[in-house]
Amino acid sequence: MTTTADRAEFVAGSRAPDKQAREGKRVATTAHIALILWSLLVILPLLWTLLSSFKTTQEILGNPLSLPGKVQFSNYASAWTTAGIGRYFANTVVVVGSALVLVMILGAMCAYVLARFSFRGNRLIYYSMLAGLTFPVFLAIVPLFFVLKNLALLNTLPGLIITYVAFALPFTVFFLHSFFKALPGEVYEAAQIDGAGEWRSFFSVMLPMARPGMASVAIFNFLGLWNQFLLPVALNTDSNNYVLSQGMASFASQAGYAVDFGALFAAVVITVAPVLVVYIIFQRQLQVSVAAGSVK
Amino acid sequence: MTVTQDGVPGGGPKRSVARRRRPLTFDRASFMVVFLGLPLAVFVIFVVSPFVQALYYSLTDWSGFSSGMNFVGFDNYVKLFHDDIFLKAVRNNIQLAIVVPFVTIVLALTLATLVTIGGSGTGTVRGLRNSGFYRIVSFFPYVIPAIVIGLIWAQVFTPGSGLLDAVLSKIGLHQFENYAWLGDARTAMPVSMFVMIWGFVGFYMVLFIAAIRGIDPEVFEAARIDGAGRFRTAVFLTVPLIRDNVQTAYIYLGIAALDAFVYMQALNPGGGPQNSTLVMPQQLFTTAFTKGQFGYSTAMGVVLATVTLLFAFLVFLVNALTGGRERKVKVRG
Repeated sequence: MTTTADRAEFVAGSRAPDKQAREGKRVATTAHIALILWSLLVILPLLWTLLSSFKTTQEILGNPLSLPGKVQFSNYASAWTTAGIGRYFANTVVVVGSALVLVMILGAMCAYVLARFSFRGNRLIYYSMLAGLTFPVFLAIVPLFFVLKNLALLNTLPGLIITYVAFALPFTVFFLHSFFKALPGEVYEAAQIDGAGEWRSFFSVMLPMARPGMASVAIFNFLGLWNQFLLPVALNTDSNNYVLSQGMASFASQAGYAVDFGALFAAVVITVAPVLVVYIIFQRQLQVSVAAGSVK
Repeated sequence: MTVTQDGVPGGGPKRSVARRRRPLTFDRASFMVVFLGLPLAVFVIFVVSPFVQALYYSLTDWSGFSSGMNFVGFDNYVKLFHDDIFLKAVRNNIQLAIVVPFVTIVLALTLATLVTIGGSGTGTVRGLRNSGFYRIVSFFPYVIPAIVIGLIWAQVFTPGSGLLDAVLSKIGLHQFENYAWLGDARTAMPVSMFVMIWGFVGFYMVLFIAAIRGIDPEVFEAARIDGAGRFRTAVFLTVPLIRDNVQTAYIYLGIAALDAFVYMQALNPGGGPQNSTLVMPQQLFTTAFTKGQFGYSTAMGVVLATVTLLFAFLVFLVNALTGGRERKVKVRG
């Protein structure tokens, strides 16, 4: 339909721009409508969750679309304390925070050496990192359970942190590798001539230059680790050490019996809101990172 | 090179030779040991060794925490191919790997196309105005943990108190009142697929927008002058030009669909009505950590890994085979 119309315009000549403008407007309107529909599909469940988090369980079960009779913050209080979301939140901050710092340091060091030093086995290490990125974690999960058990790290936060680091390492190395590879060699040489050793060259010269790459990878790692579910569920079964994702899952399965839906919705909001707010603030940076990733 | 040569008398090349011959100082030795040794130690102990061990365990009858293990060859694999529940899970995973990536990519490409070349304008191809909002909103699901996405939608689909039930009743579709979307074997799988797709589309939409923006605008101009409509431009011009991005997306989505563990645990932890949403990872998890059959469960892991690699290989193959033909078309056009 559109194609024949276009061709006709092209032949018709003088009338073309006018008609084309009208057609363009129609396409733009259709595009807006389609995108608005999709946006609604994304937002409505989230808004409904937010709304429900202020309602009592009776109100939720009574009428799913009603507004809360009176804005209830008690759901948040009971989710935070009774359901233990507060504790899970703190655990998650500790685990994700430590793992993120460690994996960025270790990943940057490893990527730097692999990208800028030639030695026997360099390629082998690089490709085994790549393989570690493709293989499903499920293949490793049972032996991993016993590795941690033998090291007395099972059901401990340090155990979870080191596992997070290990499984985020391939991605980190893989992406930082190209950033370090692209850095100009002259700066490194200059630092060496000025008497800086390898350690200083890295920390005071090379690492600061890779900052944009570090920022992108850190964002992806943060989201990936914050969302991690399998590793904690399998390797961290002490409910005192639960992280948010597994705490949410266990709370939801309990809520099936205890039916405190108000608190469940509040727990969801507590889990989602901080990251969503941070995302909205840094969304430009994040979209740039995604774009940078797509070029590779 | 020239810069350093200007600055340092004696020149670059000679110095780099000297550097190679430089004796292993403490600085250099400690640097290599720490920078390479530390990350590698973590990687080998917690990633490589479990993967290698898994291959061996899958050939044993290891079960329970105290009993020893015997080498049983391929018995576990033979057993797997007669295990109806596991085979059901394999079929479910394959269904997911076929439907979820395809629908996600078509939707993401459509939305990305609307944003990038849906703008009104005469002659030139323009992006849609005020599309930043759509991009930001569509990306929301990516920053929400998958388990929470699953839990939110499980609530939406709850009969009686769910959002969907209420909306359908409001618009007069009363036949769906109290319909258990996730509790009926006919709808549980499609609904679960929908939830996964909802979670994935935004990220790939943003990815494709970036890829399409990376195309030289003159290509669009040329197509426009040749009289190609927007639809034709999108399908025959854009898609072939960003096919590498599409291939990468297909592989990532396929791997995610072959996993699907988190979504399924949130929507139907028990595998769904008549195991209609049971996936390999769920079965593996129960076999290992509830039943304690470690040998048998690692064999499942090996099957899962094999299917994953096969899928990636298939995507590469299809792209390579269709790639040649597309290129010819492009040359002719």
